[in-house]
Amino acid sequence: MVASSTPQPLLRMEGITKSFGNVQVLHGVDLEVGRGEVLGLLGENGAGKSTLLNILNGVLQRDTGAIHLDGEPVEFAGPKQAQDAGLAFIHQELSVLPYLTVAENIFIGRLPRRKGAPWLVDWAACYRQAGEILERLAVKIDPRTIVGRLGTAEQELVEIAKALSMNARIITMDEPTASLTEAEIERLFTLMRALKADGVSVLYVSHRLHEVAEICDRATILRDGKIVNTVDAKTTSSHTLATMMVGRELSELFPKTEHERGRETLRVSNLSTVKLKDVSLSAHQGEILGIAGLVGSGRTELARAIFGADPITAGEIFVEGEKVTVDSPGTAIRHGIGLVPEDRKLQGAVLSMSNAHNISLACMSKVSRLGQLDRGAEKQAAKKLVADLQVFPPRAEQETGRLSGGNQQKVVLAKWLFAGSKILIVDEPTRGVDVGARAAIHGLLNDLAGQGATIIIISSDLPEVMGMSDRILVMHEGRISGELARKDFSEEAIVMYASGLEPIKEGSNA
Amino acid sequence: MSTTAQVDRQVVEAPKRGLARFNIQLENIASAIVLVGLVIVMSIVSPAFLSFSNFLDIARVVAITGIIAAGMTLVIITGGIDLSVGSTVGLSGAVTASLVANSASNSAFVTDFKLPVPLAVLVGLAVGALIGFINGLIITKTKIEPFMATLGSMIFIKGLLFLFTGGYPITFKPMPRDFAFIGQGALLGIPTPVWAFAIVVAALWWVSRRMTVGRAIYAIGGNPEAARLSGLKVDRTKIFVYTLLGFLAALAGIVLTSRLASATTVNGAGFELIAISGVVIGGTSLVGGRGSVVSSLIGVFTVGVIKNALDLFGASTQVQYVVTGLVLLAAISLDGLARRRRRS
Repeated sequence: MVASSTPQPLLRMEGITKSFGNVQVLHGVDLEVGRGEVLGLLGENGAGKSTLLNILNGVLQRDTGAIHLDGEPVEFAGPKQAQDAGLAFIHQELSVLPYLTVAENIFIGRLPRRKGAPWLVDWAACYRQAGEILERLAVKIDPRTIVGRLGTAEQELVEIAKALSMNARIITMDEPTASLTEAEIERLFTLMRALKADGVSVLYVSHRLHEVAEICDRATILRDGKIVNTVDAKTTSSHTLATMMVGRELSELFPKTEHERGRETLRVSNLSTVKLKDVSLSAHQGEILGIAGLVGSGRTELARAIFGADPITAGEIFVEGEKVTVDSPGTAIRHGIGLVPEDRKLQGAVLSMSNAHNISLACMSKVSRLGQLDRGAEKQAAKKLVADLQVFPPRAEQETGRLSGGNQQKVVLAKWLFAGSKILIVDEPTRGVDVGARAAIHGLLNDLAGQGATIIIISSDLPEVMGMSDRILVMHEGRISGELARKDFSEEAIVMYASGLEPIKEGSNA
Repeated sequence: MSTTAQVDRQVVEAPKRGLARFNIQLENIASAIVLVGLVIVMSIVSPAFLSFSNFLDIARVVAITGIIAAGMTLVIITGGIDLSVGSTVGLSGAVTASLVANSASNSAFVTDFKLPVPLAVLVGLAVGALIGFINGLIITKTKIEPFMATLGSMIFIKGLLFLFTGGYPITFKPMPRDFAFIGQGALLGIPTPVWAFAIVVAALWWVSRRMTVGRAIYAIGGNPEAARLSGLKVDRTKIFVYTLLGFLAALAGIVLTSRLASATTVNGAGFELIAISGVVIGGTSLVGGRGSVVSSLIGVFTVGVIKNALDLFGASTQVQYVVTGLVLLAAISLDGLARRRRRS
């Protein structure tokens, strides 16, 4: 552990715990931020970072523990109280008001009023004060500019200006560089150094490990709701950080069954879309191909492009060795491709329809003639699939929206079994699904591969993707940044590739 | 978690009492209960109410807007709406009238060029279908809200109607018998418009419940993205329902023209609101994905029975508006409450 840079830290969080229902998300977290310090907060998706930051900024209430600011215990009933105490929270998704000016955004809710006529806004003062703050940040933006016309990076600077105008002492930045270019990141870092010099502290969340070394003083690593370690950011290697972020045993939950790897069923060459750059891959009969990478790395976009849901700007797709043009999900389905999308409720199932109707939806031609549905046959097929997949309750006429998440996902899978998909792409198949249904879904995917289907599994859950896959492709910023054979699987290697780094090849155990 | 699974079981099993055993939800049959209740009360209060001729009167009154409501139901199930149907009623009726023998008007567009009645009717239907097709095209290709798109076409088509008729009524001197049959005739003692209404409701019920395109309509309204990712042709299906509705609005317009023996610029004015009220009172949700043609049938009859009852009591038109408006507000509130309960 590295001690805080100042004797009395500006912020001290002690023994913070938080549970949602009966799931404990934070187990006694301690965190310290010194005056004028940039503290990196690292952890995988689901490690508890967002919960911790939300508690700090008054969005959520902690169960137990204490927060001290300047040595004084503080209680935040809501975000407003946290703001008043000098905390600012800049979310990954910016919350600027696009149709208002920069000055209005900075002072929204507390625009300066005219003396003697407090119901009128003193626009002159408003623009002057906004200009002063922007000047202090050395930002060259006219406070009269409409914010929607600014780039993402400049909008982020406006948010920081707003934080400063509220005399923020600790600014939390949640993945501020996610959508910035290199030059914009440099500009942000320059600004952060200026803030530091002014004694403002920053709590910096990022998945990009090399940035942490560049801008942070110390880094605190969070894993499974506990603090693993706090280290000196300048002297700790990215590899060590990655190891600390994952560092857990591969769960035994994934009984991997070995299948014969058959002929190539899917080949994608040099595929590009708005989000993808030159992606090539191939997948085989009986193979489970894993795709790992951070959220936003292009995994979902790759799945959607192969499935014809997003337009392709360049590249070719081959199914069973034949070049195919997939310009809509309908054509993809005819070529035997299925997609279980990442958001079950918004993209997977029609919640207002029955299980039977959801199951037949992607291939109604199987139970219809000349556009007339054979409802008896449809119900029979649905009944069988609902029973096979152990959907609860096992009724074909049950409205899908009334099922639990795991059972809804089984219905979506049943849809592709009904359609007879030979290449099934599953995007986060077990997100928000309880343990029992997870095991059932994993078992089903294994069975399908055993029967000769090609499964492509996209998951942020590293144990899942490592446990299920025969081979893993790792994506980073729209490209495939690494490929791992099953014998080379390691969480460290995936995290390094996912961060755009080369894993360190060591003779000893890496 | 095993606890989550248990909670889910409770949630799933709880509604299995009472009506749910038969897979029926109260919100789906509420409108039918209201209609039956109205009929019972009216039968007791007024002996004139419960007679076959009075029932036929009600049916004849609701038939024309009912034909539109049936088509409107499918549009609303896809999550859309069409405000232009009233104008389509007027224009299609006027176009057909101008082509029927013996029609006359001061308008320059009503010439001596006449067609046999079936062809004149077909031209009118084609005009309606074309308007619907263009509505569908605008909505799917420009992604404009259906409300705004059809508000625009409503005004545009109204304008065309004024240009076409020059503001003058088109009348018949006299009306050919086969054209009069469409709106004024009867078959087996049942008025032709009621036949047309019955056939439209039966056909649309079949399309929506027994055909793949009907399934697509429900899926698109319930979850457009899931429908698209299941390979359904979302745009084509939407264009189909708007075209069908335009066609049905034209049919209603032709029936109305025959019934009134004239085509004027006020024909069909406000019909879009009457049709939408019927659909909503029947229980079809404006959010999309739920509802049925049969419940719209119940909805338009509910409106018809209320109007008929007020007529029998000698209530003024003003009072009729007030009562119909109240029923509509009650139906929408019930829909909103039911949706909130479903969410929680």
